[in-house]
Amino acid sequence: MTVDLLLLALADGVSYAGLLFLVALGLTLIFGVMGIVNVAHGAFFAFGGYTAATFVVALSGPDTPAIVLLLALAAAAILVGLVMGTALEAGLLRRVQDKDPILQLLVTFAAFMIFEDLQRLIWGASPRSAAAVVDSLGTLELFDVTYTRYQILLVPAIAIVAYFSLRAFLRRTRIGKQIVAVTHSREVATALGINAKRIGWFTFVIGAMLGALGGALAAPVTSLVPGVGTDWIVLSFSVVATAGLGQITGALIAALIIGIARSIAVYTMPELEVVVPYLIMVGVLLVRPSGLFTVAQARRI
Amino acid sequence: MSTNLVRTMVVIGALAFLGLGLSLPWLKTPAIFVLSYGLAALGVVVMLRGGQISFGHAMYACIAGYTVAFLQRAHPELDGLVLIIAGMVVATLAGGIIGVFVVRYRAIFFGMLNLALSMVLFSLLAKMYEISGGTDGLRIDRPTLAGITFDRSGYESALLIGSLVAAIFCGWLVQRYFRSAAGEALAGIKTNEARLEYLGLSARRILWSGYVISAALVGLSGALFALVQGLVTPEMGYWLRSGEFVFIAILGGSVHAIGAFMGAIVFTVIKLGAAAFLTGVWQMLLGITLIVVILAAPTGIAGLLRIGTRRAPEGGAR
Repeated sequence: MTVDLLLLALADGVSYAGLLFLVALGLTLIFGVMGIVNVAHGAFFAFGGYTAATFVVALSGPDTPAIVLLLALAAAAILVGLVMGTALEAGLLRRVQDKDPILQLLVTFAAFMIFEDLQRLIWGASPRSAAAVVDSLGTLELFDVTYTRYQILLVPAIAIVAYFSLRAFLRRTRIGKQIVAVTHSREVATALGINAKRIGWFTFVIGAMLGALGGALAAPVTSLVPGVGTDWIVLSFSVVATAGLGQITGALIAALIIGIARSIAVYTMPELEVVVPYLIMVGVLLVRPSGLFTVAQARRI
Repeated sequence: MSTNLVRTMVVIGALAFLGLGLSLPWLKTPAIFVLSYGLAALGVVVMLRGGQISFGHAMYACIAGYTVAFLQRAHPELDGLVLIIAGMVVATLAGGIIGVFVVRYRAIFFGMLNLALSMVLFSLLAKMYEISGGTDGLRIDRPTLAGITFDRSGYESALLIGSLVAAIFCGWLVQRYFRSAAGEALAGIKTNEARLEYLGLSARRILWSGYVISAALVGLSGALFALVQGLVTPEMGYWLRSGEFVFIAILGGSVHAIGAFMGAIVFTVIKLGAAAFLTGVWQMLLGITLIVVILAAPTGIAGLLRIGTRRAPEGGAR
């Protein structure tokens, strides 16, 4: 592997890690408050991506400014997160809150199956993409290798901004502190006067928006096909499981490890590309069964 | 009372399968599919007993199916029964090895690790074209069964009778297992694992034996499926197939082994109906039915019929 290739792989990996982190962040946030891993999260990614692609294709002309296209991506993420997040949380999950955790998990799985078919009905089976965004931002040369500005600057920047603003939000704002309280103990938080229902909805929508944002940002650089949601729920779960459920900083590190390892595999052993995230997850879980960054929890008897 | 009910239902069901399958030839393949899916769902039911759910169990059907295909390619003269047993044995061994690893995890970790492993298998099979035939899969020729060479219709009848016997036998065995000490301990994992450990039992070992049994059942289902379809494809191990098994298990209910087969009958009827009237919304239909079942009848069909309710199936100590 030459240095050029390694640099290219690193840049790709960081960009991919940015997407992974955003999606995993949504998943881990929802887990914190709801106590379940939302299998339908992959559908948020897919719908975010498809909606973004539709918006961009509709808006892009020969001289559409880049900012309009970027706003279209953001609008897609917000719209999808708000609509689908509300539908799933208020329409479905709230009804099964007191049931067996397995059944709650299955409800999100069922919702995922419904969303997958909806997506196929709306956008069909032919690949979609929003490549116009990448072109509108142009390229950049570093050490004689040409990168697209979109991948090397924009995606990692958004991921980092999301990380720091979420941390600040959870630590400094009123709602953020309430979210942390509900994550810690729903019962005690309710007793203290926090409206856990509203906080649950709010967090779910934020998480859904993050998942959809990952999809919207992936739309310009990948082609969306049916089944993309499945790949991403498993991928983002592998990030979250490697980090430990509910760990935000851990998810950032795990996303970087998995993203870079995967893109090195793309350049050196392309057949293994799909398998790398799972191998890392399995390797980590073998040594640390509840993830890299989890703190010990009391056993309930 | 409920054992009598189960006995009557098994006899009526078996007669219905034989009568319909042998008199209406077009029903033969769907009937074998029902039994094959039922066997796989029975495997998932074993895991549900332990409170665990796997989103990747179809990988064992896939392993068994490909074992049948590879073995036949290497030794075309092998008998169908040998192929089925070989497929089941390889799936069981795989379950034993993978089980050592996955039984350390519970709930979502258990489910997703199984899913991840099945996705690895699926993508490897789809990508390694030279060995596995890629997404086109591998053809399986009609083998002899117990040394007898059948024509197509006779072959299907023989497979139908064989699957029926296997289904009843496995259902009976699983029910015996549920009532054995190991089976009751498995249900104890769902109720309270810490207490189980205090009794001196190893939860991991109990879950492992349950996992191996469930892998064997799904393997048997996969070997039968491969023989009746005459083709194995990576689709056999795709997550959607695992999801269908889980769907059947939940629909039928985990209170009794017979639930898996009742679920499989309803599932197949919905599937045939969807193929005729609603193409392209198959997953959506499954999803909606699953949600309705969870909201309205969390113990499934078997639970609704009050089969196997010696004790309260839900609740209990936490």
